Amino acid sequence: MFPRAPSGRLELVPYLMAGYPDRRRSIENGRRMAGAGVAALEIGIPFSDPLADGPVIQKAGQAALEGGLTVGGAMEIAAAVGGPAPLVFMSYINPILAYGPDRFASDASSAGVAALIVPDLPVEEAEALTPVFRQAGLDTVFLVAPTSTDERIERICAASTGFVYCVTLTGITGVRADLPAGLDALLGRVRARTELPVAAGFGISRAEHIAALKGHADAAVVGSALVAADDPLPLLEELLKACA
Amino acid sequence: MPLRYGVYGGRYVPETLVSPLDELEAAWRSARADPAFQAELEGQRRDFVGRPTPLYFAERLSAHFGKARVHFKREDLCHTGAHKLNNALGQALLARRMGKQRIIAETGAGQHGVATATVGARFGFECTVYMGTEDMRRQAVNVERMRMLGAEVREVTAGTRTLKDATSEAIRDWVTNVRTTHYIIGSAVGPHPYPEMVRDLQRVIGDEARAQYLEAEGRLPEVVVACVGGGSNAIGIFTAFLDDEDVRLLGVEAGGAGVEGGRHAASLVAGRPGVLHGSLSYLLQDADGQVLPTHSISAGLDYPGVGPEHALLRDLERAEYLAVTDGEALEAFQLCTRLEGILPALEPAHALAAAARLEGRVLLCLSGRGDKDLATVLAS
Repeated sequence: MFPRAPSGRLELVPYLMAGYPDRRRSIENGRRMAGAGVAALEIGIPFSDPLADGPVIQKAGQAALEGGLTVGGAMEIAAAVGGPAPLVFMSYINPILAYGPDRFASDASSAGVAALIVPDLPVEEAEALTPVFRQAGLDTVFLVAPTSTDERIERICAASTGFVYCVTLTGITGVRADLPAGLDALLGRVRARTELPVAAGFGISRAEHIAALKGHADAAVVGSALVAADDPLPLLEELLKACA
Repeated sequence: MPLRYGVYGGRYVPETLVSPLDELEAAWRSARADPAFQAELEGQRRDFVGRPTPLYFAERLSAHFGKARVHFKREDLCHTGAHKLNNALGQALLARRMGKQRIIAETGAGQHGVATATVGARFGFECTVYMGTEDMRRQAVNVERMRMLGAEVREVTAGTRTLKDATSEAIRDWVTNVRTTHYIIGSAVGPHPYPEMVRDLQRVIGDEARAQYLEAEGRLPEVVVACVGGGSNAIGIFTAFLDDEDVRLLGVEAGGAGVEGGRHAASLVAGRPGVLHGSLSYLLQDADGQVLPTHSISAGLDYPGVGPEHALLRDLERAEYLAVTDGEALEAFQLCTRLEGILPALEPAHALAAAARLEGRVLLCLSGRGDKDLATVLAS
């Protein structure tokens, strides 16, 4: 999806909640972010019970649902954003099961989506679904966490295509002041087990975080800080500057 | 231990929790097989919980119903007033064995929160209980009890502000503090191994009741009936009878204002399979897979999901599930109070309402006492 970052550089993967603050502005923000020189754009499909998310993304998702956003609507938003950066869907498993995994995979692919992240689908539970997603041409990105054993990291890397998502901390999404201790070691354990680029996510919001991740990760995912901003572009541009 | 019940169950959780769930499963296996652990559990059940709880013949209620001879398994007589302590006690002993310093829980009616706060005090854990603001209003007395027992009650204002949202918030806390904290889930729901562990800890209800019933009546009951929210008291009493093929197992869900109108919490009656809180089971959800708001007069049954083993028992037709409305449960509450001198909780009042229509020998799990529900009953 995107290459491993050359030393001294980092790629950026911003997050957009589909349908937030409303349909029109989420398409507009998506287009601006996808055209700003990012490695990929993550588009979140809202879910009523997002277990891995902190208050900012929870509230944005709830607002999107109250605004009438459906899974089909998220597909339309992805198609309208269009790129140029590759688009990655982030969805909890239940909306995918309700939509029908086959139909979800082929509609997402038709909408121009390149990859899928399912935060409540660990590799064991994904065995039956991964072939469905791959057949439609979607990359399957799995998550590594600080609690993952080396055996699990191996397995997660083997099941992933596109990139591997490394959760930086034991916790939920949301802005934090500092990156957690021990993150470099965790990223090193992951990078030693895959040729794929490794994206770090959760708690990343500042230029200092970006600087600290250089040389340890290939990309940084930034979610809550961008979702919380009235206009995500100024922060995105500041972070992109720090990436170079 | 099997990871699934048929297609149901599983572990649909963030990666952060997978290794801790593996550790929990291993710890539970080792504890369950350890005679010293079992002996301690047995001793605490006897001296702290007050087990075995009695089997009681509800003579006047049976006469009133007409065709049923109803016995109660008196879980309302457990310390803290409900079956919830059976589970909280066992998990607290396990948490201590695992070296955890902190326990957390979600609660709806407050009974599981009180049970968790109680074992927190008894064994010296730091304790946090998540509760929706709507339930804190409905169950104010239990909030005070938990605080008096030293627990911190954190209010949950997300979503419908009831049990579902409290459970989500407790899981988020666990994801964050998993290294020091044990999450005492309150029902037979959640990711593997929780449904199995909670069943193992609650099956004492059915194991005792089966032996007591045989002793009292000389044969088995024809129907075993229990209310089902997440389904822990029901799976606790059903398990002992699963191999007794002639014994009908009847689970009673919250029909709220009526299943037809959509304001209810009857997931097995009106839901379809989906994933909530880490496992696949019957779920009240819209066409897009968004979890629906529920309604029940009983906070303990006000939950859109249900334990995965009940989903399998439903599909296998080994157990039957039906729904009883708020009004029917209230009527059964009054009847039981006046005829038996026992105030049932509004949760088992649903089972009582279903028992009124049964015939023959009925064993009913009276899962908790109704003192906590007086304000709700008076207001209705």
